[in-house]
Amino acid sequence: MSQIEDLSRRASASGGGARGRALSPISGFFGRHQSLSVIVGMAIVTTVLPLIVLLPPFSGFNVQRVWLDSFANAGVFVLLALGLNVVVGLAGLLDLGYAAFFAIGAYTYAFGASGFSGNDFPFWPMLLVGAMIAATFGILLGAPTLRLRGDYLAIVTLGFGEIVPLVFLNAEDITKGTNGITGVRRPELGPIEFTATNPVPFYITMAVIVTLVMIFLYRLQDSRLGRSWMAIREDELAAASNGVNTVTTKLLAFALGASTAGFAGVFNASKLTIVHPDQFLFQVSFTILAMVVLGGMGNIWGVAVGAFTVFIIQSVLLKQLNGFFNTFQVPILSDIDFVQYQFLLYGLALVLMMLLRPEGLFPSKRRRRELHTESDEPTDRSPEGLESAAVLQ
Amino acid sequence: MDPQTVTVLTQQFFNALTLGAIYALIALGYTMVYGIIELINFAHGEIFMVGAFIAMFFLTSIGFSGSIPDPLTLAAVLALTFLVTMTVLGFIGVGIERFAYRPLRNAPRLAPLITAIGVSFILQNVVQIWRGPSPVNTPQLLTHNVRFDIGAASIGYLNIFIFLVAVVLMVALQLFVGRTRLGRAMRSTAQDREAAQLMGVNINSTIAITFFIGSALAGAAGIVYGLYFGSIQFTIGFVAGLKAFTAAVLGGIGNLAGAALGGFFIGFIEVAAAQIGYARWTPAFVFGVLILVLVFRPSGLLGQPIGERA
Amino acid sequence: MSDAAVAAPERREALLRARRVTKRFGGLVAVRETDLEIPAGSIVSLIGPNGAGKTTFFNVLAGILDPTGGEIEFRGQRMIARPVRAWLEPVLWVLPSVLILLVAVAVFAVTRSVLALQVLVLVAIGLLITTLLLAIIRPLRYRQLLPRFGVFRSARPNDMVTAGVGRTFQNIRLFQNMTVLENVLVGMHSRLHSTAVDAILNSKRHQREEAASRDRARQLLGLVGLRGRDDVIARNLPYGDQRRLEIARALASDPVLLLLDEPTAGMNPRETSEMMALIAKLRSELGLTILLIEHDMRVVMGISDRITVLDHGERIAEGTPEEVRRDPKVIEAYLGRPAA
Repeated sequence: MSQIEDLSRRASASGGGARGRALSPISGFFGRHQSLSVIVGMAIVTTVLPLIVLLPPFSGFNVQRVWLDSFANAGVFVLLALGLNVVVGLAGLLDLGYAAFFAIGAYTYAFGASGFSGNDFPFWPMLLVGAMIAATFGILLGAPTLRLRGDYLAIVTLGFGEIVPLVFLNAEDITKGTNGITGVRRPELGPIEFTATNPVPFYITMAVIVTLVMIFLYRLQDSRLGRSWMAIREDELAAASNGVNTVTTKLLAFALGASTAGFAGVFNASKLTIVHPDQFLFQVSFTILAMVVLGGMGNIWGVAVGAFTVFIIQSVLLKQLNGFFNTFQVPILSDIDFVQYQFLLYGLALVLMMLLRPEGLFPSKRRRRELHTESDEPTDRSPEGLESAAVLQ
Repeated sequence: MDPQTVTVLTQQFFNALTLGAIYALIALGYTMVYGIIELINFAHGEIFMVGAFIAMFFLTSIGFSGSIPDPLTLAAVLALTFLVTMTVLGFIGVGIERFAYRPLRNAPRLAPLITAIGVSFILQNVVQIWRGPSPVNTPQLLTHNVRFDIGAASIGYLNIFIFLVAVVLMVALQLFVGRTRLGRAMRSTAQDREAAQLMGVNINSTIAITFFIGSALAGAAGIVYGLYFGSIQFTIGFVAGLKAFTAAVLGGIGNLAGAALGGFFIGFIEVAAAQIGYARWTPAFVFGVLILVLVFRPSGLLGQPIGERA
Repeated sequence: MSDAAVAAPERREALLRARRVTKRFGGLVAVRETDLEIPAGSIVSLIGPNGAGKTTFFNVLAGILDPTGGEIEFRGQRMIARPVRAWLEPVLWVLPSVLILLVAVAVFAVTRSVLALQVLVLVAIGLLITTLLLAIIRPLRYRQLLPRFGVFRSARPNDMVTAGVGRTFQNIRLFQNMTVLENVLVGMHSRLHSTAVDAILNSKRHQREEAASRDRARQLLGLVGLRGRDDVIARNLPYGDQRRLEIARALASDPVLLLLDEPTAGMNPRETSEMMALIAKLRSELGLTILLIEHDMRVVMGISDRITVLDHGERIAEGTPEEVRRDPKVIEAYLGRPAA
C-alpha cells in the first residue's frame, strides 16, 4: 500500500486531507444506526401485531392464537424473501429455484431429528447445519454457472428447483417419497415449550431471527462486499476491471441466499413437524420471487414487508374472501375460487410491476435510480455514452 | 446381439427420434429468440403447452375426436390444424413480445427475465383455469396401431410423421433464414442491432417475426405432442421447456442447426434412461447434461467459443 | 498487497512485456503478432487510426479477452496466454472429494460400518468446501497452484488489478447509480481485507478499515480535482468529471501500471490539456507507469516516452515520439491522409 500512503502524506502536506467520518461513539455490536432502527422497528411490529388482530375486522377472521401462528409462518417467508433479496436485489442474479435450498434445509433437519431417521440432534445447532448444507449446494450449483452470463443462472436454478423435489420424491428409501417425513422434532429451549397449540414461542423466536438477519443484511449491504454486489449489478465488466472477483462475489451472494433458505427450511420443518416434497415445488420459488419484486428489490425493509403482506393475503385473506362472498351470496364473486387464482395474480403482478413500477411497492432509493434510467438522464450526456455496447469491439 | 435386443433397440431408436423432433422444434424457438435479443424466453415452454391445448380445442370443435382412416381427410385435417395452431401461436408469441418484453428492451437485464417468468405463470394458470388441472385427452387422428415393420420391429407411422414434420419445418426455417430478405434482416439484427438499424432494418418488426416463427414452431411441437402422447396437461410446458432449453445450450445457443442436434440428443438420452429403467429420473439426467455442458463447453457443440469471460 | 513480489523492479526494466499477441474474432484478425514493452516508470502510448485494434489489444492486456496466441508477462510473471487444459480446473475442484467418496463406498462395502461412511462423506464435503474456499480467499495462491496440475488459465481482469494493473474505459464505465465516493471505494476492493463475517459482526477491524478507506478515497478524489463531491450520484457528474472519477477509481486499486483508454475522448482542447497535465502528475508524483491509448497522435507527442503505432491490427512502428513522427509507414497510415 506504499503508494497510497505516499499519496496521503502528499495530500495532507498540500494542505487538505479531508477528515474521514470518525468512528461512531457507540461502536460494537449494536453500534450502527441501522441496527438500532431495525431493533426498534421489529420490537414495535412484534408488540403491535398481536394487538391489532384483536380488533375488527381481523378479529372476525381468526382468533389471536391462529393469527400468531400465521405470523410465525409468515416469518418463514420473510426470511426466505430476505435471503432471495440478497441474490436478486443486491447482486442482481435471478434465482428461480430458491425453494430447493428451502427443501434442503428442511430435509437436513428431518434427517437430523425425527422419529423416522432415528437421529435426535438438537434444534439450535441444526439451524446452522441446515444453513451450511444448503450453502454447499448453492456453491456447487453456482460454481459452474456463475462464470457465465446471468441468464444461465436463471435457467439452471429453475432446473435445480425442479430436480430437488423430484429427488426427494423418488428416493423413497431415505425420504419416504410422497408420504413425506413425519414426526420431525420441535425445538427445545429450557422451560419454554414449543407446541402445536401454543404459537407464542415460535412467534417470538421468528421475530428475533428476522431481526438478526435484517441487521446482518444491512451491515453486509454497507460493507465492501455489499458495494461489490452493487457494482456487479451495475456493470459487471467494470467491476471486474476494478479488482472485484465477480465469480466469487456472486457465488458468495448465491451461497448466502441459499443458507438463509436452509435456515428457514429447518425452522419450518420443526414448526410443521412434517417434511414433504410438495412443500417445495416451483410455485414456492415463484411466490418468494413475487414477494421480493413486490416489496422492492434491494430494499431490505420493503422486501420484509412485501413478503409478510403477500403471505398473509395468500394464506389468510384469500381463503376468508371465499367464505365472505359465499356467506353474503355476492353474485359472480361467490363462484370464484380465489385461492386458485393466486398464481395467476402473482404472474400478472410480476409483469405489471416490471413494466410500471420496477422498483417495487416499497422501493429503495438506489434501485429507483437504476430502474428509471430512461426518464431522468442528465442533459449533458456525451455522444460517447451511446457506445456502451461496443466495448469489446 | 440377440434378435430381441435388436428389435427393442430399433423401436427405441424411432421413439427417440420422435421425442427428439419435439424437443428440437421447441429448442429452435429458444435459440432464435436468444440469438436476436439475448433473452431466455422462459415463457417458451408454456407456449408449446398452449399450442397443444389449442390444437386439441380446434380439432374437437371442428368435430374430430378420434382416428381418421381416410388418408385424404386426414391430410387435410392435419394441414388445417397446423395452419391454424401455428398462426394462433405465432400471434400469441408476438403479443407477448410486444407487451412484456419490448417495453423493457433497454431496462436492466433482470427486468425482462422476471416478466418472462411472470408470463409463463400467467399462461400456465390461464390454461389451468380454462381446462382444469387434470390431464386432458387429445384426439388421436393417427393411432399408434397403424404401423409398418422393419425386421421384427414394428414402427408407427406416427413416429415417422412427427419426424418428417420436424425435418420439413427445420429445412423451411433454414431456407427462410438463409435465403430471404427477412431472414437476412434477422441475421443482421442478431449480429449487431444498431448497425442493422442504421442499414434500414426495422428492428421491431424483425424481432416480432422472430417471435412469430419461434412460437409457431413451438405450436407445431405442441400439436405433435398431443398426437403422440394422447393426453396433455397444463404442466407439460415447464419440463419440456427445460429439456428443450438444455437442447439449445447443448447445440450452442443461437445456432439453429445446434438446437436441432441438441433436441435429438436429449430425445436419445431420455429414451435411453427409460430403457434402463430410470424413466422417473429423466429430468435429473437432462439437468446433469446441462450442468456438464455449462462446465466444460458453455458455447455448446456447434457454438463459437466466445463471450464467456466478458 | 505490498509483499515481496512488489519489490521495485530496476528502473527502465520492462514492467510489462507482450510477445506476439494475436487476437482473432472468427475470420477477422483484430491484433496480429504484436509486441509491446512498457519500461517501469515510463509513459508509453499506443496509437493508430480508428479500428486499428488498439482497444482489442488493450482488452487482452487487461485480461478481458483471451488472446488467440502470444503471451503477456507482468513483472516477470506470465499472466496472460492461450489457456491450457482450462477444462481441468473444475475437475480439480471436485476430484479430491470424488476420490474420497469412492473410498467411502469401498470402505462401506467391506466393513459395513455406517459410521465410517458418514465420517468419510463429511470429509469429502469438507475437502470440497476447502478447495473452493482456497480459490475464493487466496486467489493469488490458487493461481500459482494451477500450473502444477498442467493447467494454465489467463489472468482475469480482477487478477490483473490485484497484480497491479489499473484501467479506465474509452466509453466511461462508472457505476452510474452509485455515489462518487462509493465508486472509488469499489476501486479499492482488491486492497481491502474485511470479510463478510467482519461486516456482519461490525468488528473493530471492519470499522477501522472502512474509516481509513473513506479517508483515502477522499484524498484520491482531491488529487483528481473532485474534492467535496463525495455524495453526488456518478451519472450526474459533468462529462469531464466522470473521466476524472474513473481515473480516481482506477488509482484506488493502488496500481503500478495504469492503462488509460483514450482519456481525452470527447474533450475540448482545454480539458484535454488539463487531462494531460493530470497524467503527467500521476507519473511524477505517484511514480506510476502509464500506457495510453489515443487515436490523435498530437495529444500524446509531448507526454510519451515511447510510442507504438498499430494499423490494421499490426505494429507498424515503435520508438520515441521523434522517430515515430518521421517514420514513413506511420505517415502513410496516419498523417498521409488529406485531413492531416
